[in-house]
Amino acid sequence: MPHELAPLPYAKDALEPYIDAVTMEIHHGKHHGAYVANLNKAITGHSALESMPIERLLANLGSVPDSIRTTVRNNGGGHWNHTFFWRIMGPGCGGAPTGQLADAIASTFGSFDAFKEKFEAAGLGRFGSGWAWLLLNRGKLEITSTPNQDNPLMGKDIAGCEGIPILGVDVWEHAYYLKYQNRRGDYLKAWWNVVNWSEVAKRYAESLR
Amino acid sequence: MNSSNMKPRKNKTGTTRKVNRRKFLAVSGVVCASGAVGILVPGAGAAVPHGLPPLPYPDNALEPVITARTISFHYGKHHKAYVDNLNKLAAGTEYAELPLERVIVATAGKPDKTAIFNNAAQVWNHTFYWQSLRANGGGEPPRALRDRIEASFGSFEECKKKLAEAAVSQFGSGWAWLVLDGEKLGVVKTANAETPLTTRQTPLLTIDVWEHAYYLDYQNRRADYVNAVLDKLVNWEFALQNLSR
Repeated sequence: MPHELAPLPYAKDALEPYIDAVTMEIHHGKHHGAYVANLNKAITGHSALESMPIERLLANLGSVPDSIRTTVRNNGGGHWNHTFFWRIMGPGCGGAPTGQLADAIASTFGSFDAFKEKFEAAGLGRFGSGWAWLLLNRGKLEITSTPNQDNPLMGKDIAGCEGIPILGVDVWEHAYYLKYQNRRGDYLKAWWNVVNWSEVAKRYAESLR
Repeated sequence: MNSSNMKPRKNKTGTTRKVNRRKFLAVSGVVCASGAVGILVPGAGAAVPHGLPPLPYPDNALEPVITARTISFHYGKHHKAYVDNLNKLAAGTEYAELPLERVIVATAGKPDKTAIFNNAAQVWNHTFYWQSLRANGGGEPPRALRDRIEASFGSFEECKKKLAEAAVSQFGSGWAWLVLDGEKLGVVKTANAETPLTTRQTPLLTIDVWEHAYYLDYQNRRADYVNAVLDKLVNWEFALQNLSR
């Protein structure tokens, strides 16, 4: 079964003014759409891969044939990362996490503000294209970043980190250039206003199980 | 946008400077693995503080292929930030007194020097990129270059095709290059700040495929940007100059 580009879970202008509608339309329709199309093209004819859920495919890149491994890594990563990204954002969001997740963030990073600072630094420090992540690794929260479309599900040998992503921000220039141009730091600061903390908390709780 | 730092000024790629740099390298007894270190970009000879070399043309000279707005950010913000970051990072270190190209070669592949390498290489790559383009560029390369291209690629069209393929297929941020590799011309692509300057290849021409190079003008359509650059902006004379150095 080929992978599909799911519709955005909200209107393309729903994250205005922090992320503009044109950026959302191109980012979802063109960039994410291309990752899905390229992934499907690459795995066509590899029946074991065709039926594999995306998470399993990414966790088992070592078993993907050499001839398509980089294509699957880049485009499969791009597909999963963007699907995740759309879900952990939303209109009328922002603010701060509550409950168990808030406690874990405070005990791991000192405070919510200290966490935000460290997360923004991970996004700013990613040279070139990539992602900054909050992940759960062996029961502990960690902040990290990955290049290009790599993600922690791919494991340490490939992505340089491992764990279950709880929160992630896209710092490819295509995620912010139309509105923020070279000011990645401004984009990262504005981005907190669209973080869907109830979705993030749900993912945290599921990852603990 | 403050455009006062982007006034058209004459490009200074004098041979005097080249001789001086070569002499400097010879006098200082530098033995360098890179055959490309003799290549010149304006300002490449300086130590800290490195300057932002002037654009070799007005900021609207590449329109409509690359807009003045894109240049205003790409040159005025990105390129400038690499220069500023490099000066901050290199000040007071063993790299402070080195010319740009030697900073790049000396920090390449050293995990604890990544930040200096990234900024130094991006300063050099961008200066080289501006010179790789010109108003009313593209078209046919000069005869001497064309002969070399045909000997290496079979045809000029094949060379352009290889360059376009490299530029479009570089995943994430990076560069596509026409290089001299031994006696043959070739095409390579590099990620992020990586540059053929640190290899045995000599860079002849480059196309920037970081998204910031084209996103305001082309968004996700990188291939359109690359083909327009190859057809209308590429400075084949600059490539020939680099081949002759």
